[in-house]
Amino acid sequence: MSVVAMLDEARAARRQKTLIAFNAATLRLGGKTIIENLDLEVRPGEFLCIVGASGCGKTTALRLAAGLHRPTSGAVTFDGEPITEPRREVAIVFQDYGKALLPWRTAAGNISLALEASRVPARERGARIEALLRKVGLPGHADKYPSEMSGGMQQRLQIARCLAQEPTTLLMDEPFGALDAMTRQGLQDEVLSLTHASQTTVIFVTHDLDEAIYLGDRVVGDLPRPRDQLATREHPEFLRLRRQLFDFIKATEH
Amino acid sequence: MTLDRARPLLLPLALTLAFELWARLTHLQSDSLAPPSAILAALAAALADLSIPIATRDTLFAAFTGLAIGSAIGLSLGIAFGISRPLDRLMEVTVEAIRPIPSIALLPIALIALGFGYRMEIVIVAFACVWPMLILTRSAVRSIEPRLMEMSRALRLSAPQRIAKIVIPAALPRIFVAFRLSAGIALIVAVTVEIAINPIGLGAGIMLAQQALRADLMLAYLLWIGVIGYALNILLIAAQRRLFGRAALAGGNP
Repeated sequence: MSVVAMLDEARAARRQKTLIAFNAATLRLGGKTIIENLDLEVRPGEFLCIVGASGCGKTTALRLAAGLHRPTSGAVTFDGEPITEPRREVAIVFQDYGKALLPWRTAAGNISLALEASRVPARERGARIEALLRKVGLPGHADKYPSEMSGGMQQRLQIARCLAQEPTTLLMDEPFGALDAMTRQGLQDEVLSLTHASQTTVIFVTHDLDEAIYLGDRVVGDLPRPRDQLATREHPEFLRLRRQLFDFIKATEH
Repeated sequence: MTLDRARPLLLPLALTLAFELWARLTHLQSDSLAPPSAILAALAAALADLSIPIATRDTLFAAFTGLAIGSAIGLSLGIAFGISRPLDRLMEVTVEAIRPIPSIALLPIALIALGFGYRMEIVIVAFACVWPMLILTRSAVRSIEPRLMEMSRALRLSAPQRIAKIVIPAALPRIFVAFRLSAGIALIVAVTVEIAINPIGLGAGIMLAQQALRADLMLAYLLWIGVIGYALNILLIAAQRRLFGRAALAGGNP
């Protein structure tokens, strides 16, 4: 993997433990080396952003952490155990929300799928679905089909389904890449507050530097919290980081 | 019925009328043709003396039982082969060697093994119905959006849950098209078996009328079989609309 831009911050001081660890992880698929000797540690409760040019293996690294791939050599561990398959406490938000939702189920039905998978009794599902829809800002849309919802709403729905798993870790693969700028900013703030409130660990893959710096925890230097879509983005530290990251990615692209 | 909907009926009606006129003017004497009025009279008589209703019951019983057995086998194999590539490869030669055998060619064997009657006919119909169901189900399962399968892994759905909640609903619209195809084949094969050898049902009725040199009755049977096939198709299309109206719209499947 050529580019993993992780930048550091202080909030991690009280969490020394490692939740997800890549140890010299290498992945070859179809004779091509996609990731080579990746070392990366993710601590509990951390919001980690992976940025890089397209095709550099960001998504593949995320899929390793998800257990959708196994490393060819090296190890990827969750809480010390090697990840061999997807785990219930790790939820994945896919970029193509339209393909990851069941078109023949309503919004409520799609969330219910996650509850059915964890064998939640049928009588408890209704209340939990309602609470989840409210949490992601979709109250009153329970009976809509995904095809009747906008892109932003569909992505909210996918996030709600992931939250239904009650994950301790969220893996997000360019979740807002296909959304328009305004929807995107709204969702960024909501994901920040949702995950911050529940101390959820997040690995967030994006090709958007601004997004990575805005959301990320581990950033060199210190950006004031709470984040603000305008003030944070105009903060000199934000601009400095942006410049630094940009140069870094530019340099690794060849 | 409005004039617009009646228009497609004009040509057949005109042809029938012309044929009737021609038959009367030339005082038609034939072992293979009869004027439409005579055919209708023979049909009415055969309906009234219950010979056609009883024959219909026999044919449809054999056709539907064979269809049910054949589709169930084809559906299960199609799902299994669609999900598991290794299994599909393992069975490829076997399937491709058995599939081209015309179901009617099994008649001599089935006759020796099972004798005259329903059982032999059902086995042959079932054999004919397995293949369209198997081939189309397999391709429907294979063309399921890979992201949905990945999502089902990420949610940790069990294998039976995955088949019941993802694979079958996603493939259902196309499976139903296969079922419609099989239903048509079932009727054709059932009547063919009866014409060739089995002394029950509509096919046997046609042969009896032919041997009695009753061209009118023979054609009445033909007309009746046409009506049954037409009604069956209308029924299945209506069922398809009812079952998949919404899903078909959302998924874009036929």
